[in-house]
Amino acid sequence: MNVSRSLRNVIIIELFVPITLLILGIYHGLMQVVYRAGVIHQSSAVKLDYYQGLTLHGVINAIVLTTFFAVSFGHATIFFYLKKEPNKKASWISLGLMVVGTLMAAWAILAGKASVLYTFYPPLKGHPLFYLGTALLIVGSWIPLFDWLVLYRSWKKENPGKKVPLAVLGTLVNFIVWFVCTLAVAYEVLVLLLPWAMGWTPTVNVTLARTLFWFFGHALVYFWLLPAYIMFYTMLPKVAGGKLYSDLAGRIALFLFLLLSVPVGVHHQFSDPNISSTTKWLSTVLTFAVAVPSFITAFTLSASLEYAGRQRGAKGLLGWFGKLPYLDSNRYLFGYMIAGLILFIFGGFTGIVNSSYALNNVVHNTSWLPGHFHMTVAGPVFLAMIAMSLHLIATLRGRKIFLPKVNVIVPYLWMIGVLIFSFGLMWGGLMGEPRRTNLGMTYLNPQNELYHPQWVPSTMLALSGGFIMFLAGMLYFVVFFGTFFRKKTETAGLDLPVSEAYHDEKMVPLFNGFKPWIIVMVVIILIAYVPALVDVLSNSGPGAPPHLPHNPMPGI
Amino acid sequence: MLDKFEIRVLRITGLLIIIFFFSILYVTGKRKVDVTECIPYDKAYAEPRVTKIDDKTYQVFAVAGMWTFEPSVINIPPGAEVDFFVTSKDVVHGFNIAERNVNMMAVYGGISKTTVKFPETGVYKITCHEYCGTGHQNMQAEVIVDYPKP
Repeated sequence: MNVSRSLRNVIIIELFVPITLLILGIYHGLMQVVYRAGVIHQSSAVKLDYYQGLTLHGVINAIVLTTFFAVSFGHATIFFYLKKEPNKKASWISLGLMVVGTLMAAWAILAGKASVLYTFYPPLKGHPLFYLGTALLIVGSWIPLFDWLVLYRSWKKENPGKKVPLAVLGTLVNFIVWFVCTLAVAYEVLVLLLPWAMGWTPTVNVTLARTLFWFFGHALVYFWLLPAYIMFYTMLPKVAGGKLYSDLAGRIALFLFLLLSVPVGVHHQFSDPNISSTTKWLSTVLTFAVAVPSFITAFTLSASLEYAGRQRGAKGLLGWFGKLPYLDSNRYLFGYMIAGLILFIFGGFTGIVNSSYALNNVVHNTSWLPGHFHMTVAGPVFLAMIAMSLHLIATLRGRKIFLPKVNVIVPYLWMIGVLIFSFGLMWGGLMGEPRRTNLGMTYLNPQNELYHPQWVPSTMLALSGGFIMFLAGMLYFVVFFGTFFRKKTETAGLDLPVSEAYHDEKMVPLFNGFKPWIIVMVVIILIAYVPALVDVLSNSGPGAPPHLPHNPMPGI
Repeated sequence: MLDKFEIRVLRITGLLIIIFFFSILYVTGKRKVDVTECIPYDKAYAEPRVTKIDDKTYQVFAVAGMWTFEPSVINIPPGAEVDFFVTSKDVVHGFNIAERNVNMMAVYGGISKTTVKFPETGVYKITCHEYCGTGHQNMQAEVIVDYPKP
């Protein structure tokens, strides 16, 4: 369908900016496995320090790419399904804030003034512009939600008794979760960290800041995941050549994410003091409940793919598995999504390990964790995002895909890389290999007295997987920028694959609006976070003065 | 409403999660695998020291700082049960003894506590596993479990 020039440009810029920055993000991904495997025994290479590169890698890949993509994909789904164009001014203001915020944070990191990783745990102190930039990026991403809600309301008024399209529901669920969870980090950044980083307040309550961060930090991963879920439910069955098995199952899964995304953050703090075991227990129970929508999704998607395989003539119990369009270059979205889903099977199960109260003691903060989350964030999330970025860029600009044969193998190459890489990290993690550490300086330097030879094979495995991932990433960039700068040959416009539902259940009012769900969401958040905040505020000691990452003496 | 296969899957999911849940209950109760305990802050915990309560019970007050642990070497006899109290004097650090599943955060203004037994002799490395600045990769200490010299 036709898109106005303004909306088209907003979406294109929101995809072009983060994918360009991603070159830097992926380069630093490779550098980290190189340092970690003990190939280089230095604190920095090419004038970028290991921890500075780690900060860049985390901030670009996990915050900048995901936020920009979610907003642009949100614009696309809302416009495509509701046939209503988002407000021009609001979209441009949102984009402007996000770009300015990103540039501020990028400057602070590149200047070496904010090597505090993307978790920015105080009392390690980054440059005030790093905090301000992140806050602007987040505030910029809030604006479209309010605009979309207006469009959604007027659509509902015009279409009484009709089901809200699943993709629209997904986008709104996602941004409501995002808005609620980012309120905590906005408070942390604007009220606790900025005045402290400027030197106006002498100390900061460390555990309170950590608790506020994780209130946001776990919901954040669902904010990354839900755009991928929307694609899995509304596009994957279509590109596979079938139908979505159940429309209602999709709605149930989405609303369960609305209820349970935010209140589970305490499971990142199982090893923290100041939070009681009871609160930690509660968090385990709630986190297990979040596995329910994932299980529903696993079933519904498998059933949809089985239907697609049978439509393509598959016979027998598992014959459908062989009949799917794995290497069809006209249906490249399928390859990206199925590769992501295969990774997500492992990502989901390792996630249940991390969220388990007692098992977490074995893996907390070891390299098991990056092993797990690369199979989720660098799996379904990342693959769906880069696939859709390519699709949107190509259709909105009317370009054919550059090197379609290469494009179709990128996701599988990436998947193999992630599997090897994550296996290496997780194996090392079980042997106590720490995460976020320049192992090459000490632990994996044979000349150092802290040398740990048992971590050699696991880090070498991670290195080889990381190298394959890097290669797949570079091939993707060739396809993306090749497509972007190609001559225009097609008619430009917005086009998304639309799956029909196999079981298209009757409209149930409960699953067609947000009000009751938002009320329950707030209640669960209060149940989970009031005890946690009471624990933190009653057990904390004195506040902490700021520390720069390179200096043991406190100071600005 | 939902079709019968979907209802069946939901039931199996519920059952699976309940099994997970009770497995955790079992290990926390029966095998005494517990998470970091929560203790109200007191300045006395910020004095690094090892205290012997009796032949089999020790208390270790560990203080993490950029970029060393104090005490850096902890000597205890085999079979000893050790209470670790961990805090930080500056930024957030990690405190991990991988072989004994001791896994805590050292946080300024907070006291982490856990209890663990060391039944066998050996050298157990304590590694900082939370990024704590440019010297992070240098942070290691050790628990030496050995018989005292006659």
